[in-house]
Amino acid sequence: MLEQNMNNETAFPLATAALHEFYAGRNDDGAALSGLALAAAGIECPTRPLLWVRQDMLDRETGTPCSTGLEAHGFASSRLILVRARDTLGAIQAGLEGARTAGLAMVLVELWGEGKAYDLTASRRFSLAAKTSGASVLVLRVAAHPAPSAAETRWLTRAAPSQALAARAPGNPAFEITLLRARNGQEGLRYCLEWDRDTRKFISRALPAAGGALIRPAPLSGALAPVPFDRQGAPVLPTRRLAG
Amino acid sequence: MLRFSPPDGWQGDRPLVLTEKARGALRIAAPDATALRLGLRVGMALAEARALIPDIATAEADPAADAALLRHAAAACEIFTPLVALRGGNGLVLDVTGCAHLFGGEKELASAASRRLRRLGLTVRLAIAGTPEAAWVLARERHGTLAVPGGEAALVQTLPIAALEQAGDTTLALNRAGFLTLGDLAARPRHMLTARFGEGLTAALRRVLGEEDIRITPLRPPPEIMAEKHFPEPLGLLESLLAVLERLARDIVTALERRGVGGRAFEVSFFRADGAVRHIAVETAQATRDIASLMRLVRLRIEALADPLDPGFGFDALRLAVLRSDPFESTQPSLAGEAGTQGGERAVADLVNRLVARFGRENVRRFITRDTHDPVLAADTVPYLAETPSSPCPAPEPGSPPHRPLTLFQHPQWIEVMAEVPDSPPLRFRWRRVLHEVTRAEGPERIAPEWWRDASPAPATRDYYRVEDASGHRFWIFREGLYEDSNARPRWFLHGLFA
Repeated sequence: MLEQNMNNETAFPLATAALHEFYAGRNDDGAALSGLALAAAGIECPTRPLLWVRQDMLDRETGTPCSTGLEAHGFASSRLILVRARDTLGAIQAGLEGARTAGLAMVLVELWGEGKAYDLTASRRFSLAAKTSGASVLVLRVAAHPAPSAAETRWLTRAAPSQALAARAPGNPAFEITLLRARNGQEGLRYCLEWDRDTRKFISRALPAAGGALIRPAPLSGALAPVPFDRQGAPVLPTRRLAG
Repeated sequence: MLRFSPPDGWQGDRPLVLTEKARGALRIAAPDATALRLGLRVGMALAEARALIPDIATAEADPAADAALLRHAAAACEIFTPLVALRGGNGLVLDVTGCAHLFGGEKELASAASRRLRRLGLTVRLAIAGTPEAAWVLARERHGTLAVPGGEAALVQTLPIAALEQAGDTTLALNRAGFLTLGDLAARPRHMLTARFGEGLTAALRRVLGEEDIRITPLRPPPEIMAEKHFPEPLGLLESLLAVLERLARDIVTALERRGVGGRAFEVSFFRADGAVRHIAVETAQATRDIASLMRLVRLRIEALADPLDPGFGFDALRLAVLRSDPFESTQPSLAGEAGTQGGERAVADLVNRLVARFGRENVRRFITRDTHDPVLAADTVPYLAETPSSPCPAPEPGSPPHRPLTLFQHPQWIEVMAEVPDSPPLRFRWRRVLHEVTRAEGPERIAPEWWRDASPAPATRDYYRVEDASGHRFWIFREGLYEDSNARPRWFLHGLFA
């Protein structure tokens, strides 16, 4: 059962109408962060418009989003409303405007650095706005440390080595994500997901270990509480529990 | 018109001239009234003028400041009519057709205009006539003339030949021939004048006599619909101004409904009592007739102003104009509330309006693709409200990973390359002081520059590679120039990041 689930394609299951946070593992994981969020948004609702708020600083650090790249990633760039904000506060204000609007598929708020403006109050506002309007809010943070917030889930995102194609060519985008915190207490889950643009699905892969060898997902003993993912029993690795 | 701020060490009784460098000498660009009385003229060399009157105060002419002042004056005159044009370096022509009665008649309009301009510190000469050319010559020669309809020609005929503003030798020749007034000239057969002095003279004559009428080209295109309110006393409180604006919006919406359109771009003009004018533009993503949302956008726009609305001594008029409109389909509101998708679309359009009002037009953007090989040109963003077409993007090839990066650097970033292999990507490179070990690579994709876009210097052909490093980051890097051509070490750049 478990084996079968792990080998199947899986959707990226984020609870709708809630706030989710994604932290970049390293500063150069910014593009992976955007890619993961856009892929998740593509699954959620493939037609409705999407608000993407980006702090100006990100353009210098991780480059400006590119429409041909978005299309190649499997995301219809015409759906996007892009807002460039000068600072964290501006980005949060624009994001809140969007989060309070019915009719959007999702709101992405991409922040750079430890902006003090994004605090418990701001995250609570996002969370409430998302509940009212029904659009999920994804806050993407690059160069920031996880901090306490009202988010439903908090993830750490890293780029992961792809499955090489013929002649050592890089394959589909792959991400290694770690659940740092979830409202229902399922912390420390780690996945390696590969984004398949053609089928619009995430495919679960074996996790790369630090040394380069792969950690095979081992079946777990004992009962598991239902997890927000649509498969049960993902590898639980001993990770440091983070505050928040 | 001259606004005067005295240069250092100037006393009121000394003649003052503005000077400019022309034809190899400092010459007088503009003498003041005292200087004119003493016989100084425009174009006279300053040395010559000093020889005549040793005690002249001089200041350098600043044509840019003059032009700015004239534009400022033009803006102040928009309170009388939306059609204001500049004339020469020192004149304004206002089309007041159908405006005079709002001020209680032409006489009152003329005195109000002259009061308003004098408040800017200007000397004013004005006239009202049936055609712009007649009004222009009358204002210069007979200040304060209000020509009765049809009476311009008679008035103009009494003016001297110089009023036509022809070249100096033409005027001189005409005077020598015994023509002293425009009336003398008008009485002659035109073809003789044309034969001797050219078409320019007779055309000018026809225009000042009102035989031929031309329309002025206003500084700003006239609005499609506008409503305005002049206050008996200057108003300073923003809340009361917005209350007036709401009343104007109601008038505008009535006019929009009558035409079956909705507004896409609005402009609110605040006319301050001292002549300064502030325009606030509001654009919407969809044609609208909604007063409440328009008011909200104006409020947001005013709050977001970098340079806040300064009431000074108060505003004495307010205008709301529709600059652009689009057909508006009036939908009947359904009893069960708005339909799902349509309501959502409206909500999103409202969101865009609010974001534009708050963060500026340039900062709310949408993505477009262009049909070109240049990767930076092909993928671009434009302001959301701009009407730039987007060419369709070819669908990605199934079964292959993304061939274009998610983000692009506007300026490719130089990378230090180690362990090069001929005609293939490097094994190692350093970007932002971090060493990346290339584990997977694909390429090259050769992109030649579009030399027809900018001729010189033609940029080098680029060989792009998709590479992945040991930690799983994917990059789009390129080598500048072809491998076989490069004698020196080829340069490598990082252009984008893949997800």
